[in-house]
Amino acid sequence: MTLRDEVFAGLILLVSAMGFVAARWGGANLQRLDEWALGGRRFGTIVSWFLIGGDLYTAYTFVAVPALIYGAGALGFYAVPYAAIAYPFGFVVMSRFWTVARNRGYVTAADFVRDRFGDRSLEIAVALTGVLALMPYVALQVVGMKAVFVHLGGAFATGNGELALTVAFVLLAAYTYTSGLRAPAAIAFVKDTLIYATVIAAIVIIPPRLGGWAHIFSASSAALAARPKPASILLQPQLAVAYATMALGSCFALFIYPHSITSVLAAKSRVVVQRNMALLPVYSLMLGFLALLGYCALAAGIKTTNGNVVVPTLLTMFLPNWFAGAALAAIVIGALVPAAIMAIGSANLFANNVFGEFTPRRAQGSAHLSKLLALALLLFALGFVVFVPTKYAINLQLLGVIWMVQIVPAFVLGLYTRALHPKALLLGWIVAMATATWMAVSTVTSTGSLSPNITFTYWSHPVTAFIALYGLAINLAVTIAATALFSLLRIRRAPDATSPRDYS
Amino acid sequence: MPKAIAHVTRARYLLLLLPFVAYLYPGWYDRIEPHLFGFPFFYWWQLLWVVLTSLSIGAVMLLGRVRR
Repeated sequence: MTLRDEVFAGLILLVSAMGFVAARWGGANLQRLDEWALGGRRFGTIVSWFLIGGDLYTAYTFVAVPALIYGAGALGFYAVPYAAIAYPFGFVVMSRFWTVARNRGYVTAADFVRDRFGDRSLEIAVALTGVLALMPYVALQVVGMKAVFVHLGGAFATGNGELALTVAFVLLAAYTYTSGLRAPAAIAFVKDTLIYATVIAAIVIIPPRLGGWAHIFSASSAALAARPKPASILLQPQLAVAYATMALGSCFALFIYPHSITSVLAAKSRVVVQRNMALLPVYSLMLGFLALLGYCALAAGIKTTNGNVVVPTLLTMFLPNWFAGAALAAIVIGALVPAAIMAIGSANLFANNVFGEFTPRRAQGSAHLSKLLALALLLFALGFVVFVPTKYAINLQLLGVIWMVQIVPAFVLGLYTRALHPKALLLGWIVAMATATWMAVSTVTSTGSLSPNITFTYWSHPVTAFIALYGLAINLAVTIAATALFSLLRIRRAPDATSPRDYS
Repeated sequence: MPKAIAHVTRARYLLLLLPFVAYLYPGWYDRIEPHLFGFPFFYWWQLLWVVLTSLSIGAVMLLGRVRR
């Protein structure tokens, strides 16, 4: 084992131990759902900052965003506007949701929708959307880890990295089961410290060795133009709409993903949520510089068809051995933290809003079912990656963003108004889910692979835009029309279980 | 609360729209010149606005505190 591998293995063992020890943090009863799943809603500004940051900026992000820049040029930079405008949106919406969730004891978005609209089928629709969108996302975390194990080689790469992957994942499942959200919260400190150190070191060390930023951009420009399918460091005008709509659509999805909701609800006060919305863009700034490592790879002459190895290769090439070990560990730990929170978030949805609705007598506030489901979900994700080609996980995750946006009318607008009829919201959701999925699948025939964007021609101008927003427009149109119809027909609706003072 | 101050406290939320304006029309910033530290305009403009987004949210919070 080289020094790099020892540092790597040591850090992975350290965080696994932290995961188990975290169960004792605060000395709470972890059989209670809000203790296990939300850390007792007790996290202050700093813990929340690490936890939410560690949750939203996943290992897959760190690997895939530079890979996209490396492969497609300027278009890949959409992650930066996306990760910036999500915060003003989150500042307004999530602080309101935090308040009503605290006052009424909600753990998921579907809990809120159930009370607000009194409609079981709408609650189940919201819950299923979250679970469906998250499963491939957990699987992608496993893909990110696998890329690192294979890159490390030696014992780590045994069986194409699947042995090491299984060990890391079984440990993850075990401490998620015992410690709940406290495990990723504790590990997030190590993860983010390592990630920041890596990015700062990479930004300080790599660009000067490649002749400075001006040269990196001009070399990348030349390399992208020489491709069989030329790209550019500037956005081609016909991609401007795709760029803006992808940023906007993804921004709507970011905070309503179940794992984001889990880590936001763990904050101890509304002010903690708001402060974090102002402070978390630091991560986006880091993401922006990390994205530019894709150009560094182009300037360094790294040639590969698998963009996911670009960052690991670059780090091993330029950083000292021990530091490369720490940086690669950061990527793996960066997958463990969100994977744990995603498992917790989707387990809560399943336990509270799907199974819970079909069992007559549920144990209110018990973590038992959620814990078992989180375990099952993590093992399922591992199996998914071992047995199903990676391409499907990526395609399903793209669809996941498109699906997630379709709960905006029921959940986000629901936080402000009850004007929309619950059955109309359900109808809008069904039509939008079906149409948007069909649009995405239809891109396979025109572009050869699943694309998040679709091209329509308006008055002989072809416009390429993000499918999630088409879905949302259809969703809203159907919901509004059906609401008008249902109120004409006087179709009855349940009363609101929340009251105006729950929101302030 | 006097009416004028109520308007200011509401109006502070308009600051949250600035990042959307800065980002969502790429035609405004999709160019190379002027460079800054070797970065084309497209890149430094968007990185700069990450910081300005953070500051506008901070400003909304501070203006909310003045009210109390």
